Amino acid sequence: MSAANLQLDRQGRLLHFLTVEGLSRRHLTEILDTAESLRGVAERRVKKLPTLHGKTVVNLFFEASTRTRTTFELAAKRLSADVLNLNIATSATTKGESLLDTLRNIEAMQCDMFVVRHPQSGAAEFMARHVKPHIAVLNAGDGCHAHPTQGMLDAFTIRRHKPDFPSLQVAIVGDILHSRVARSLIHALNILGAGEVRVIAPRTLLPAWVESLGVRVFHSPQAGLREVDVIVMLRLQRERMERALLPTEQEFFQQYGLTEERLALAKPDAIVMHPGPINRGVEIDSRVADGPRSVILEQVTNGIAVRMAVMSITLGNHARPLEEDA
Amino acid sequence: MVHDAEFLIEVMAGQLQDLLARRGIAEPALVGVHTGGVWVAERLHQRLGIATPLGRLDISFYRDDFSRIGVNPQVRPSELPFDVDERHVVLIDDVLYTGRTVRAALNELFDYGRPASVLLAVLADRGGRELPVEANVVGTRLKLPPGQQIQLVGPEPLQLLIQTVP
Repeated sequence: MSAANLQLDRQGRLLHFLTVEGLSRRHLTEILDTAESLRGVAERRVKKLPTLHGKTVVNLFFEASTRTRTTFELAAKRLSADVLNLNIATSATTKGESLLDTLRNIEAMQCDMFVVRHPQSGAAEFMARHVKPHIAVLNAGDGCHAHPTQGMLDAFTIRRHKPDFPSLQVAIVGDILHSRVARSLIHALNILGAGEVRVIAPRTLLPAWVESLGVRVFHSPQAGLREVDVIVMLRLQRERMERALLPTEQEFFQQYGLTEERLALAKPDAIVMHPGPINRGVEIDSRVADGPRSVILEQVTNGIAVRMAVMSITLGNHARPLEEDA
Repeated sequence: MVHDAEFLIEVMAGQLQDLLARRGIAEPALVGVHTGGVWVAERLHQRLGIATPLGRLDISFYRDDFSRIGVNPQVRPSELPFDVDERHVVLIDDVLYTGRTVRAALNELFDYGRPASVLLAVLADRGGRELPVEANVVGTRLKLPPGQQIQLVGPEPLQLLIQTVP
């Protein structure tokens, strides 16, 4: 069973959220619409809903992350769940405990949801395959494979500004090769029927199979950014430079960095996105990152609503017996 | 069986006007509960010429049966375009049955602020309460045997249907 199928029940309802790949437009629209209903919670006096009252969510992070873990934590707390944060890299696995042992131990604490981040692709899927049936697993980023809630929060942010997907041209710029964010977003945009998805990157940062994702490839921003509605800049990881996949930071900025001049190639109302945290002066000029077309901080806000949506949908589907819809 | 919902809303409008006058409430805030309650609230809002914009509540995230039925996939954003604090609120729904929807709506309302008072207006009260909830304004009272359900169909035309559950 593939990861895409593993996350659905017999009636096609989302039980886990491991990857955007293989889901239908109906699934993604349900997540986006539910997130839309949850977005206003942050502006209320009581920023909390009783939906997951009595449920326990475990943030299982095998890889360091502040922003993603914090937004998952806040999402769970805003739904009234109890949250346990476990940074495994510094505890169990260093003592030689296997992933399955860790899983069994945490399961024994009567949890309802695992939010998993792991440096290896497929880790969240492995978890979903082995957890008890009442537990939902959410992938919070696995290796270079997928980061589905980030893909969905990007799609949600785009939809709020540009709801007409068939007419949309989106450019994703930077390290496509290692980016689970890019993969999840490309899948989401294709499923939602975006007009065109472009990727702009040096050859060393493009996977050989990139065209099979249904994207148009450009090696220069001058050509690729022309007339686009959305620009998504990806984060550059410094270790890639050490592995000689990239020139220096300065050279990358010169060739691919998003400056005001390059932004002028896009449509006048184009929006600028970045999954964060940004490297100022490497992927993006500060004037653009802080400028009027940047929606980078809005992405962070939207990330909480999208994660609340995925949590309530998956745990709700776990609760619902199959026969009711039969 | 079909009931004329527009006529029942006229009945409600008269009762609500009297009640507000008796209580000395000049400018109430009307809040409809999705979906049927919003349709009724829109008509009452227009009929009574209330200046405060209409509020809409979707109680999907407040239901007490989440652990049995999950989140409603057709959930809509709640909107209360006024300050709830110290406001006289009229909560409006189409059908009052067990009282659980009203409880959820009250819980949600109080997460926006502390109203001065809350009145409850419903198009149809079918009895069968499981919680201590009563309406202040009622379009019609119906005694339905188990196995029958009542549904407001709309928004144009608005009809109250009573059907036997298959």
